[in-house]
Amino acid sequence: MDATKARTAANGETPVEQRLIFFNQALREAIDEEMTRDPTVFVYGEEVGVWGGSYNVTQGLLDKYGPLRVIDTPISEALIGGAAVGASITGSRPVVDFMYQDFMGIAMDQIVNQAAKNRYMFGGKNALPIVYRAAFGAGIGNAAQHTQSLEAWFTHVPGLKVVAPSNAYDAKGLLKSAIRDDNVVLFFEHKALYRERGDVPEGEYLVPLGVSDVKRAGANATIVSYARQVQFALQAAEQLASEGIDVEVIDLRTLYPLDIDPVIESVKKTNRALVVHEAVRFGGFGGEVAAQIQELGFDYLDAPVKRLGAVHAPVPFAEPLEMASFPSVESIAQGVRELMQGI
Amino acid sequence: MAARKPKAAGKKARGASKKSKLPGKEMLEWMYRTMVRIRRFEEAADRAFQAARMRGALHFYIGEEASGTGVCAALTDSDYITSTHRGHGHCIAKGGRLDLMMAELFGKATGYCGGKGGSMHIADLDLGNLGANGIVGGGLPIATGAALGSKLRDDDNVTVCFFGDGAAPNGTFHESINFGALHDLPIVYVCENNQWGMGTHVSDTNAGPGIVTRADSYGIPGVMVDGNDVFDVFAKTTAAVKRARAGKGPSLLVCETYRHRGHTVHDQAAYRDQADVDEWMARDPIERFRKTVTTAKAMSKKKLEAIDAEVLQEVEAAVEFAASSPFPQLDTLLQGVYTDV
Repeated sequence: MDATKARTAANGETPVEQRLIFFNQALREAIDEEMTRDPTVFVYGEEVGVWGGSYNVTQGLLDKYGPLRVIDTPISEALIGGAAVGASITGSRPVVDFMYQDFMGIAMDQIVNQAAKNRYMFGGKNALPIVYRAAFGAGIGNAAQHTQSLEAWFTHVPGLKVVAPSNAYDAKGLLKSAIRDDNVVLFFEHKALYRERGDVPEGEYLVPLGVSDVKRAGANATIVSYARQVQFALQAAEQLASEGIDVEVIDLRTLYPLDIDPVIESVKKTNRALVVHEAVRFGGFGGEVAAQIQELGFDYLDAPVKRLGAVHAPVPFAEPLEMASFPSVESIAQGVRELMQGI
Repeated sequence: MAARKPKAAGKKARGASKKSKLPGKEMLEWMYRTMVRIRRFEEAADRAFQAARMRGALHFYIGEEASGTGVCAALTDSDYITSTHRGHGHCIAKGGRLDLMMAELFGKATGYCGGKGGSMHIADLDLGNLGANGIVGGGLPIATGAALGSKLRDDDNVTVCFFGDGAAPNGTFHESINFGALHDLPIVYVCENNQWGMGTHVSDTNAGPGIVTRADSYGIPGVMVDGNDVFDVFAKTTAAVKRARAGKGPSLLVCETYRHRGHTVHDQAAYRDQADVDEWMARDPIERFRKTVTTAKAMSKKKLEAIDAEVLQEVEAAVEFAASSPFPQLDTLLQGVYTDV
């Protein structure tokens, strides 16, 4: 997709000269800049220090900031999850790396019962400036326990914010906003994006949490998605354009708080919506989006809201099986064609 | 009426009496008042519960007062604690206000958490009380994180992590102490072994030669404490806190104590052996304190009775405050989930 367009859409600015950097480099810049700006920001988690993060996001930070602010932890997920609560309510701003989203299950009590509820149940006084980072998503042969898309687990829990960027520009700006946020933010990075380049300008900018972004304008159908599937949706839109179907692509970027307004505005125009994510379709976040479209935009719909997601099975290892298990450019394009026919 | 605690040990000498080796007069009075405040508060809460003036669940700390009191006596106001589902005593010992606590137990708008938390979820950051916890073992990582924060911020605070024998077999126990020891964090892990995890005896939940020996695995001091003797708790916590504050890392204290009541207000504790109950009741921490200080002539009966009377008044006022306070307005239902949503 065209990252410059994302910048233009997000900030309403005129595009400037391109600086193409990798998604993981954009994330590193976000953390690095925030650590420089605010001495209470620190990083800890599995392999963040000497290794530099399993996808090199925190590379070089240990040398730059030292072992007090960049801490390799044991493989103790409950400790990793809960220590952020204690550190944040007493005045620090932890940026925590769980490595894989799949591993967060071991820390679920600390995230769901401790971090998410701390502020509310103690009377709304505490700030919990925590960012929990984790890689998620399939497509690179990591099999069942390293490839899930579990974001719906977390959007279901009040007290958490959930972010899942689709490109390097958004990743950097969203992560900086997440670090500055006084709430618990889960920041999910699709692992197939780490080595994708995007246009990221030099210098300071933020992308606010809770603001959806129209990544491609179109008149005939709306695709709503987030993370890597936005890239697939944009490619599908190009295919469909040659068939005479003009597709609008909306990137939610933040799943909670959800900015549904641009989606409804789009549906008013296109009268058709396809919700796409890589998570298992059944019980996935797409169900929430589809329900809201129908609640808020029913009168504008010419066809039922369609959903695409992964099959109801663990992610398989063998490449043909894995690739068949979640939406692809082709299945998205086909989904839009069916939507246009009212299938 | 929460009398101000004298300066904590480890920072300044407290003028301990040379004769009796007991703490100074002010500290003695604070200790006694604190233990009695805990007991009378909970007895009043029990009466209110039985009279259907409050709902939910109450986990009584009665019988364990010396443990929380002796530990918090060794802390400064800015030191941190994390507490448990059986947390009233910790909150009071850290300086908590009985009126705000009782109002929270009643679910009133004037309570510590505006009625959002209840008995199991009271915190007061201004007192360094990072909060009670409804999840057994849930506080260990949080306390360890607070101590990590203190190290990063160099704020000279020590964190005390209270937990029970029921949490010692939990993964968070090992994950937390391992990390605390790795980084020499300023923290004291205080296991209050009250012998029972709900209705299961500690001997049926913890393998090996004793919880305290697990300290050896992490190369930190493990200290057995008579949890019904406030002076033993105070002395051993003072040493552990001093060590932690000096940057020498955590200790594990195991306070042997006893839960006089059942697991909750609903539990008659029929699973206990009466001889065992009688033996522990004879070691009641408040009675022991009274005997020790009057025998040593460190406090007069008259003074003890005066404190008793003052605490009763404070508790009655707390109940009155709670009962006469309004319930939270319904428009607070969604307040406090986030700072900005």
